[in-house]
Amino acid sequence: MNFWNDPLKIAADWMEGIFVGWGMDAVLAHVLVAFLGVFLLIAILMVVDIFLVWVERKVVARFQDRLGPNRLGPFGLIQPFADIIKLIIKEDTTPGGADKVVYNLAPILSMMSVLILWAVVPIAPVMLGVDLNVGVLFLIAAGAIGTLSIIMAGWSSNNKFALIGGFRQVAVMVAFEVPMLTMLLVPTIFASSMNMNDIIQGQGNLWYFALSPLGALIFLVAAIAELGRAPFDLAEGESELVSGFNIEYSGMKFGMFYAGELLHAMTFGGIWAILFFGGYRFFGLEQVSPFLAIPIFLFKALIGYWIIMWVRYTMMRIRIDQMLVFNWVFLTPLSFVLLMVTALMNALLKDASLWIYGLGMFLSNVVVGWIALEIARSVSRKQRESVEGPKNLAEAPH
Amino acid sequence: MNEWLYVALFIVVGLIIPIGAIAAGFIFGPKKPNPIKETTYECGIETVGDTWVQFKAQYYIFALVFLVFDVEAVFLFPWAVKIGQLGLYAVVEGIIFITILIVGLMYAWRKGMLEWA
Repeated sequence: MNFWNDPLKIAADWMEGIFVGWGMDAVLAHVLVAFLGVFLLIAILMVVDIFLVWVERKVVARFQDRLGPNRLGPFGLIQPFADIIKLIIKEDTTPGGADKVVYNLAPILSMMSVLILWAVVPIAPVMLGVDLNVGVLFLIAAGAIGTLSIIMAGWSSNNKFALIGGFRQVAVMVAFEVPMLTMLLVPTIFASSMNMNDIIQGQGNLWYFALSPLGALIFLVAAIAELGRAPFDLAEGESELVSGFNIEYSGMKFGMFYAGELLHAMTFGGIWAILFFGGYRFFGLEQVSPFLAIPIFLFKALIGYWIIMWVRYTMMRIRIDQMLVFNWVFLTPLSFVLLMVTALMNALLKDASLWIYGLGMFLSNVVVGWIALEIARSVSRKQRESVEGPKNLAEAPH
Repeated sequence: MNEWLYVALFIVVGLIIPIGAIAAGFIFGPKKPNPIKETTYECGIETVGDTWVQFKAQYYIFALVFLVFDVEAVFLFPWAVKIGQLGLYAVVEGIIFITILIVGLMYAWRKGMLEWA
């Protein structure tokens, strides 16, 4: 073992040695080093978060045929730092009649729920906060805290727009948690483990995206809803609720919601990459050194983040009743059917070779997705005809 | 060291960082509150009536359906982990379990419970 293979372990042992040398208790030194490691990871994440503000603004500008921030520094890179200074020196007002404890706790929990997700996200083969054997369930539990913070913000602001935003977030969270849970079961079946590292190791020969493209797609849709981004940004709804749940927040408290949302989106890009695109794996390059594995993982995470941004800035917001019908009547049954088909194919093709297994999985996914789309298409055609009457094909313009 | 202690460390540090950021805003920002500044934001007019109204009853139906599926996940995760070793019998049993849930969902749908009214 050398520095090139496992830098964190060596650095941690070195620091522990120093602390013990100062006459510190061995257990205490271990805890202190772990604390410093966690602090380092989260500090790096916050720096990444600052640049995500720039990335998001630049990408949305390009999607909308604008230039985006381009005045401060090269390509406007200093812009987010100016934003932070502005947020810090801004007056922090609390609306009269607000529930002060809950009001102040909500932005803190919003940021915390995102940061603790990184406890189970493997960045490189040896760089992982905690190797939890229930890592996948931990993702769901931590995600629920983020939703809770939005409900708390909406409820405690003593503002009707904020309250409606909070109410809507309840409906969205309750709806899209079910397909998300179900699609987390698919990589669990393939890897026979809920551990994030095992899921990555299981994708040595074939990414799970190749085995279950439909599962990856459903997970992405559910993740976008969980993030509260367009087309599911009902809790914000700029055009009808002004800013929704965070309407009464200003200064750094608003900044925490904003930064938390951006980091959450990037984190879900990373989780998507881990579950379906092999995480830090790339043709054995990750075995060479963690210094190679981290850029690979970051690249995949940013691609996922970019797709989430792409969806956000090109789709319109859907109504809440449409969202509920889409989820409960279409997405939830579809995800359960996909789960059953995956389990059945997994049992039938267990002893087959990798290529037959992969091909069987892929084809069953395509068939399930195609049938679901056909059913949705025929139902929506019937609805349309019941409203505007059957289409006369002979009179249709060619 | 117990691995859940690491999770606790993440929670502690995850709380310290946003608290620090908000505290920085509290230290450097001006503090001149007055009752007019603290009025509730609303478009054009002053807010009318009480804000903290009751939730719509519809939410409880959705919450109940959600709860059923959430609890079901607790049963399905161990099943998914061990499915490779259990063979076809366990797979069929799991499929029957999920089918019962889907039938329940279809029942709620046919009763019109899943439509936003």
